[in-house]
Amino acid sequence: MSTGKQIADAAIANSAIPAPDGTARVKQGAFKSLMYGALALAILGLVLLLGDVFNDGAGKISPELFTNQPSKIRPETSGFQSALIGTVYLMGIVAFLVVPLGVATAIYLEEYADRTKWWNRLVEVNIQNLAGVPSVVYGILGLAFIVRGPLSLGRTIVAGGITLALLVLPVVIIVAREAIRAVPPSIREGSLALGATKWQTIWKQVLPGSIAGIATGVILALSRAIGETAPLLILGAAISPRINPSLDNEVLTAMPLQIFNWTRDSEVDKFLPLAAAAILVLMVVLLMMNSLAIFLRNRYEQKW
Amino acid sequence: MTGTTTTSSSSPASGSGAVLLRTRTRRSTGEALIRVLLAAAATVSVLTTVLIVFSLIRETVSFFGEVPLADYLLGDKWTPLLGGEQQSFGVLPLVWSTLYITFIALAFAVPVGLLSAIYLSEYAPTKVRKTIKPILEVLAGVPTIVFGYFALTFFTPEFLKGFLNLDIASNNQLAAGLICGLLVMPIIASVAEDGMSAVPAALREGAFGLGANRMQVAIRVVFPAALSGVVAGIVLGASRAIGETLVILLAAGNGQLLPNGPVTDPGEPAGSMAAFIAGTAGGDIPTGSLEYETIFAVGFTLFLITLVLNMISIRLVNKYRQVYE
Repeated sequence: MSTGKQIADAAIANSAIPAPDGTARVKQGAFKSLMYGALALAILGLVLLLGDVFNDGAGKISPELFTNQPSKIRPETSGFQSALIGTVYLMGIVAFLVVPLGVATAIYLEEYADRTKWWNRLVEVNIQNLAGVPSVVYGILGLAFIVRGPLSLGRTIVAGGITLALLVLPVVIIVAREAIRAVPPSIREGSLALGATKWQTIWKQVLPGSIAGIATGVILALSRAIGETAPLLILGAAISPRINPSLDNEVLTAMPLQIFNWTRDSEVDKFLPLAAAAILVLMVVLLMMNSLAIFLRNRYEQKW
Repeated sequence: MTGTTTTSSSSPASGSGAVLLRTRTRRSTGEALIRVLLAAAATVSVLTTVLIVFSLIRETVSFFGEVPLADYLLGDKWTPLLGGEQQSFGVLPLVWSTLYITFIALAFAVPVGLLSAIYLSEYAPTKVRKTIKPILEVLAGVPTIVFGYFALTFFTPEFLKGFLNLDIASNNQLAAGLICGLLVMPIIASVAEDGMSAVPAALREGAFGLGANRMQVAIRVVFPAALSGVVAGIVLGASRAIGETLVILLAAGNGQLLPNGPVTDPGEPAGSMAAFIAGTAGGDIPTGSLEYETIFAVGFTLFLITLVLNMISIRLVNKYRQVYE
């Protein structure tokens, strides 16, 4: 691109082509300021967003926030312990489900599926479509099939985890496929030529070679799941429960839900600082997850 | 690379023919089993779609057993949770608000997103690009509840009412639309930028060689060449805005009560299909009640709209991929 520009500049300087006149320069300047304005708006939006949350919540961060249970009446002693435990459970359940399912699907589609068969094309298009289905629709599925209906798990943390896992599964599959595709065919051919079976080739060559990309996909999926509110809201999550969720009780709560409750119930603004503080904690966790993803990508990415 | 030696040593290099034959059989059984297991995992995603469609259709059919289809599609009073005479199921005002908020979102996000994409792809020095792209990625990764909080506690009271001195309600479509726009802007920018980066350098060099300036190259050469990527980004952004829940639920309202037809004033509260679902389903609505079925009917409507948009977006993305790879 820059070579083209240099050539063009040189051509203008050395030939009879007229130099850009005033109007062209004004137009270019105006276009440039439009672009800078657009970027400035985007960055301003982000700065205001983060600044507002920090301004509202930073003063509220304290150890009690983590150890106390949420209260509906007393904001000064209220914490978010149950919500934090809920989020930890949800992340565990989501990871437990999406890692094997997502990676297996990605391997099937990249290494086994014959793309001339309609069935395999259907699976592919279906996954692309699922990635675009609104999260409320997954909430409806969870409500009709997991909380009530066939599975009837009730409003449990497991029901929430399964719903979120289905929601982020397409993300894992899509990113894992890219990672597997990036392993060059020569690696597979070399392994097969040495007498390894197809599965041995995948297990000992393809997967180790794509592990960084797969891990990035899993973290990306978890960081999407950690902030999801709408599906859990639809499942009928508890409002500010004072009991920690566990695998054998019906307490479904999570950080974004607690934030939502505090934001919605704040007719008198009493709970808003708590909501902002919870957002800050959530954002710090998200930032750590994203940093881990970038670190993994840079540290373990294979260059072929 | 250590794996290579392990693999070769584990495969039997010698032995009598009978042994080799038996090994092969055992191996191929194992290989076939693995293949079946992997294919089974792949069916989970298909099963998810089937279950979504099945659960939506089942309740929607019973909904239309009680509410005539014409009343739902053509009626202009949406008051599904009221009792008796006042109850009305005209979905039009709800669909209108959803599209209205999406329109405001795109009116902000399309120009800002596309200008950012052109800058990043055609103008930005590598250093600037490497700073701005992560910023946009951070913006795209912020949970939507945070945008909802921002809209409700800062954008409406401090900016729209305070700074701009607009006479609007605390819950209003304008704030929901604009914050939704901030949310989908990075998506549009990122997809459009991918499309523009995929345009071969030769096209640009040719235009530069003919004496075009940078703006002309960006607008008249790169932009048209990347049009399918640009449109795919816009469609994807629209689909996200239509399905967005928390921002609209917190900033514009839950859409449970729209008795006066479509809300055309951006300063008035309304809601959206997704906000209605999330705001209504949370309670103790008994399975099989008309309220319960209403959620599914609205969900099915939303699912169909986003499905069409996603199909268009996927088609366009696949198309430009084929051209330039």
